[in-house]
Amino acid sequence: MREIEYREAIREAIIEEMDRDRKVFLIGEDIGIYGGAFKAYKGLLDKYGPDRVINTPISEAAIIGAGIGAALTGYRPIVEIMFIDFATLAMDQIANQAAKIHFMSGGSLNVPLVIRTQGGVGKGLATQHSQSLEAWFYHIPGLKVVMPATSYDVKGLLKTAVRDNSPVIFIEHKMIYPVKGAVPEEEYTIPFGKADIKRKGEDVTIFAYSNMVIKSLEAAEELEREGISCEVVDPRTLVPLDIDEVINSVKKTGRLIIVSEACRRGSVASDISARITERTFDCLHAPIKIVAGMDTPIPYNSTLEQASIPQKADIIKAVKELL
Amino acid sequence: MAGLSNEVMIEMLKKLIEIRRFEEKAIQLYKTGKIWGYLHPCIGQEAIPVGACQAIGIQDYIISNHRGHGHCIARGADMGKMMAELFGKSTGYCKGRSGSMHIVNMELKILGENGIVGGGIPISVGAGLSCKMDGKGNVVLCFFGDGAANNGVFHESLNMSAIFKLPVIYICENNMYAISMRSVDSVACKDVGKRSCAYGIPGHIIDGSDPVEVYNTVKKAAGHARDGRGPSLIEAKTYRFYGHHPNDPAEYRGKEEVEYYTSEKDPVTNFKGRLLEGKIITEREIEEIESEVDKKIKDAVAFAEKSPEPELEKFLEEVE
Repeated sequence: MREIEYREAIREAIIEEMDRDRKVFLIGEDIGIYGGAFKAYKGLLDKYGPDRVINTPISEAAIIGAGIGAALTGYRPIVEIMFIDFATLAMDQIANQAAKIHFMSGGSLNVPLVIRTQGGVGKGLATQHSQSLEAWFYHIPGLKVVMPATSYDVKGLLKTAVRDNSPVIFIEHKMIYPVKGAVPEEEYTIPFGKADIKRKGEDVTIFAYSNMVIKSLEAAEELEREGISCEVVDPRTLVPLDIDEVINSVKKTGRLIIVSEACRRGSVASDISARITERTFDCLHAPIKIVAGMDTPIPYNSTLEQASIPQKADIIKAVKELL
Repeated sequence: MAGLSNEVMIEMLKKLIEIRRFEEKAIQLYKTGKIWGYLHPCIGQEAIPVGACQAIGIQDYIISNHRGHGHCIARGADMGKMMAELFGKSTGYCKGRSGSMHIVNMELKILGENGIVGGGIPISVGAGLSCKMDGKGNVVLCFFGDGAANNGVFHESLNMSAIFKLPVIYICENNMYAISMRSVDSVACKDVGKRSCAYGIPGHIIDGSDPVEVYNTVKKAAGHARDGRGPSLIEAKTYRFYGHHPNDPAEYRGKEEVEYYTSEKDPVTNFKGRLLEGKIITEREIEEIESEVDKKIKDAVAFAEKSPEPELEKFLEEVE
């Protein structure tokens, strides 16, 4: 199968959906000639014109509002927030408006809105451009949260996001954009709430999402050489969450490590740990272990930056501690 | 009067009275504990929704705010379903999920009241974008208060609407108070309407107690928008006759000020007088309208009271 970059898979998904449905349009900062800060929209302005590739001023709340208003009145906007850190400027529109309108209307209104954004550490962009803020959105009822780790997943899930009638926070990872992965030529979509076993194993379950899937797979490969077999489960969507798939794996291995780049305090990892404990306590051979980012703002210095989030060595160490 | 037929003006008077009586009834029900939560009556401000909604068509959108009953009624919302929503009943516009501050209805193109001050302003950008992309000449009326005009989203949204030439009419209902903060103390340039020059769009500062002035101004702004010339900002000066909500005695206001506005600037009394003076209506006809409205309100309350409570098992259906 051909291999394409994560960013190219995003672009393909967008093109397919824009060709399929005239109501799909793009809006955000520097998405015109510039092609988006991570170049996922390269060439799209030429292809679709300024009416469907709408370049905006730096006005995050109004950008999200533009998406909500258009979604309420018949369109399917894909809004880009350049860095997830900037979503904080639009939290009323995301958390109080987009997330709540369907419920507040007694189910009569839908907000088919995709908010594409990216987060994570790895480029020396420091505190205000490197955060993993998925817990903010995971916490809000009414939002779906998608965090794809591979080219295949990002394409299939983005197409599903565009067709979904709920607001979807689609969180990419800045370090994955140039990573290549297998993507079929033919069209496909991936349903929300369906975890993917990225690697089969017997001894320990590693639950990881986004860039931590890549690090966990590297760790699992190294551990395999030492005779330790890890199963890597990627939920792909945090809301809805395919908790059953994780539980099935934990019941088989009896051991679970949750790996997440986000700070641990108040994290998705902590919540998932609690939810899985409730349902698998009797099958666990050891306490669930969380390998998460430190509870610190992200530092600029590269050594400090890398120290602030989980590395392959941390995952390997955690697995060994569990056995 | 400015091209408005007598029938239309009588219809506008009827809407003014409907809003006034609905709000009076809601306050009474609130004080007797029949409805709870928050209630923000728009008594004193009725001319703005009535004049504005009269000036647009059924395909146009409106976006309201926390003080939004008037906008909904002016837009033709059913007072029974509104009252049922205030009662939290399953027959309410939002099936009892939302109460006073979140009434929406797509058939009437009411994109929603809003519990967040300023929360609806960015949404108007998207509705405006939709209207522009549809190319059918529809417009969006976005109502907000002087308080919301000081929120950052006001700037983001008006600027964006202006650069994209979106068909949005921004109507600032300046009732002189954001809860207790006086707009003369909170708006640096004193008139919100003057800010239009910052966006290169038309600005209008008008008497919000006069439904005809509101009508004419919105009509003009809607024409401007339908011609593809972009948004307008209208500041309608008005006065909130009561406190922020029924339990607010509004002690931050002077007695003389309240007396002046309630006696000189009452949109309902003044419009009645104007129609009587113009011999467009008689005292008797007004009485007939009033008793008809009273009956409608009575029926609305009866409908709300006898409506079933929402089912506990069903409310999660709206949550995916």
